[in-house]
Amino acid sequence: MANIALDDDSAVVIIGSGAGGGTLANELCQKGIKVVLLEAGARESAETFQNDEWGSFGQISWLDKRTTSGSWRVSRDFSGLPAWICKTVGGSTTHWAGASLRIQDHEFRARTHYGDVAGANLLDWPLTLKDLEPYYAKAEDKMGVTRTNGIPGLPGNNNFKVMYAGAKKLGYKNCHTGRMAINSRERDGRTHCRQLGFCFQGCKMDAKWSTMNSEVPPAEKTGNLDLRPGSHVLKVEHDKSGKVNAVIYADGDGNQQKQQARVVCVAGNSIETPRLLLNSESSKYPDGLANSSGQVGRNYMRHMTGSVYATFDEPVRMWRGTTMAGIITDESRHDPSRGFVGGYELETLSLGLPFMAAFLDPGGWGRDFCRAMDNYANMAGMWLVGEDMPQESNRITAHASEKDQYGMPVPNVHFDDHPNDIAMREHAFGQGRAIYEAAGANHVYPVPPYPSTHNLGTCRMSAKASDGVVNKNGQAHDIDNLFISDGSQFTTGASENPTLTIVTLAIRQADYIAKQMSMKAI
Amino acid sequence: MKQTSVRVDAPEAISRRHFLKTGSGVLMGTLVAGSGVLATLAPSRTWALTMSAMTETEGSKLLKVTRGIFPHDTLDDAVYALVVKDLDAAAAKDASVATLLRDGLRELDELASGNWAELDYLARENIVIKMAGSDFFEKIRGTSVVSLYNNEMAWAHFGYEGASYEMGGYFDRGFQDLDWLPDPDADSSPAKA
Repeated sequence: MANIALDDDSAVVIIGSGAGGGTLANELCQKGIKVVLLEAGARESAETFQNDEWGSFGQISWLDKRTTSGSWRVSRDFSGLPAWICKTVGGSTTHWAGASLRIQDHEFRARTHYGDVAGANLLDWPLTLKDLEPYYAKAEDKMGVTRTNGIPGLPGNNNFKVMYAGAKKLGYKNCHTGRMAINSRERDGRTHCRQLGFCFQGCKMDAKWSTMNSEVPPAEKTGNLDLRPGSHVLKVEHDKSGKVNAVIYADGDGNQQKQQARVVCVAGNSIETPRLLLNSESSKYPDGLANSSGQVGRNYMRHMTGSVYATFDEPVRMWRGTTMAGIITDESRHDPSRGFVGGYELETLSLGLPFMAAFLDPGGWGRDFCRAMDNYANMAGMWLVGEDMPQESNRITAHASEKDQYGMPVPNVHFDDHPNDIAMREHAFGQGRAIYEAAGANHVYPVPPYPSTHNLGTCRMSAKASDGVVNKNGQAHDIDNLFISDGSQFTTGASENPTLTIVTLAIRQADYIAKQMSMKAI
Repeated sequence: MKQTSVRVDAPEAISRRHFLKTGSGVLMGTLVAGSGVLATLAPSRTWALTMSAMTETEGSKLLKVTRGIFPHDTLDDAVYALVVKDLDAAAAKDASVATLLRDGLRELDELASGNWAELDYLARENIVIKMAGSDFFEKIRGTSVVSLYNNEMAWAHFGYEGASYEMGGYFDRGFQDLDWLPDPDADSSPAKA
């Protein structure tokens, strides 16, 4: 492991070690580039992860103060917890379920295909599927995605059997155990899935790919990585010319440190990333870094989500095995005859008893609530995840008065569902219900969205500098040596779980940064 | 928010601790006959909860309020006692919580025009429901939604199996043992490694 001095201004400083930052760090280190990787959280491991929902939640979640506003139900049910994401080495790849789907060609050109949707700030990506295909292939290989590279699919669990039976009766064509970054066979020095049922709590088998178990260790081996856990970045600084040149962070003891940088890459997830740019305002950049377009923090997307749980006369024991054990992809097409643009996926999901109580009906109580819980062992579940509309007014802002433990303004997350999101959710609830009723459900429970796990779009990519924050390489339109390396770059949300695309963009971005550095352009 | 379980102490130990410390009382109960699965988790059929801020009578009433908000008819009082334990601890830490709980219990008596706790199960529940949305109700509901379901006795009752890593996961322990629906085809769900 490298030990890069605070006043060494030759390294790339990456903020955040999740899907984007962790991958980018490894890719750059493999090319011989020195990297300082600043991670706000602690370093955990398969040994320290817990098969305990609340215990793990306290261990790896990002629980710093955040506020919410807007008409979305999360703001009412979980007003201080808009997002369910992580503060730990590996970021939210420790918590993710592993679904690894490529964004579809038409989804990269949402504005062209969906047209002018009122109230939506739709834009085509400055990239196409064709541009990304070689990088998707690298990401799938790196992550060991099942049903790619000759890797068999995972065996389906009980929860999947219920989804599958309903899907077949409804005539769905594409229902299988998914493309998952979870080993179905031993691969890349990691064992295969033992069906623990605690994917969300950090995989104790290391069967699930994360940047913690697969990107950070090889990066360390190169001798080019200086990983600093417990380092919470407060501000990015710039020189007189406007180029970024250092970051200020609070170390594990709460002391402020200043790390010089040649290049800064921000990958703090789509709430912290824009917050950091906004909190880095200066006399030269009074609206925050890279914000000449005014788009920093805007177009916040969280995917159309919801869940459907159902109880049956016989036991299901959905908690046994992979949390996201299967998928139906038939609804992820663009078919406006359904009453909305874009599409959605149906993916099995299970929660343990403690989280089922918390999420089944937030705020709920009484006999109906208890009846559902009484039938927990006979319950099957699925998550609905689809494309939501980017809206300028859905945004992350720096709070005017509330401060965090370091005295920095906390982020406020404002979100209103777009009518298209609502129409899609209603359709998805209906299909989820139909699937479970076809499989013999005696009662179906539509469940409102959990705190957001797919946070996207707050520093979006655009061809024109006036439309977004970064170009097709994730490079800030305004500042050449500042990059956004996480899901904040997404121009639109698409219907797929975003991690594979975040990793893909990071691999591609590493190539670009290395080239720019060798040309001395940055 | 660590998982907790009711300390089931020998009655003598409890009473000694009760006299040595200045606790307000001890809430005690016996696992009902038939709660066999819970009995396997407890060394004794008797459970006891030392109260610190609230009295034994108040603890007993809070347990009944919790039952009214989350009425699982066959769930043992021992599990509800875990909620009381957490409410009592919150009251010990913050006097305003103790006041909130005491005022709420008093209001229940007012709504019952008498001793609410002496009404039958359903009559009690019908009065508790009238307090929905109040700070008192929300404090107990919010505590319960974690405490009631995050303990091994509740898991045993509801059939949830908890941590699996130590047992090697469910790979060889029934992750695909559902037999009342047809098995998926091999392309959709390949055989396990």
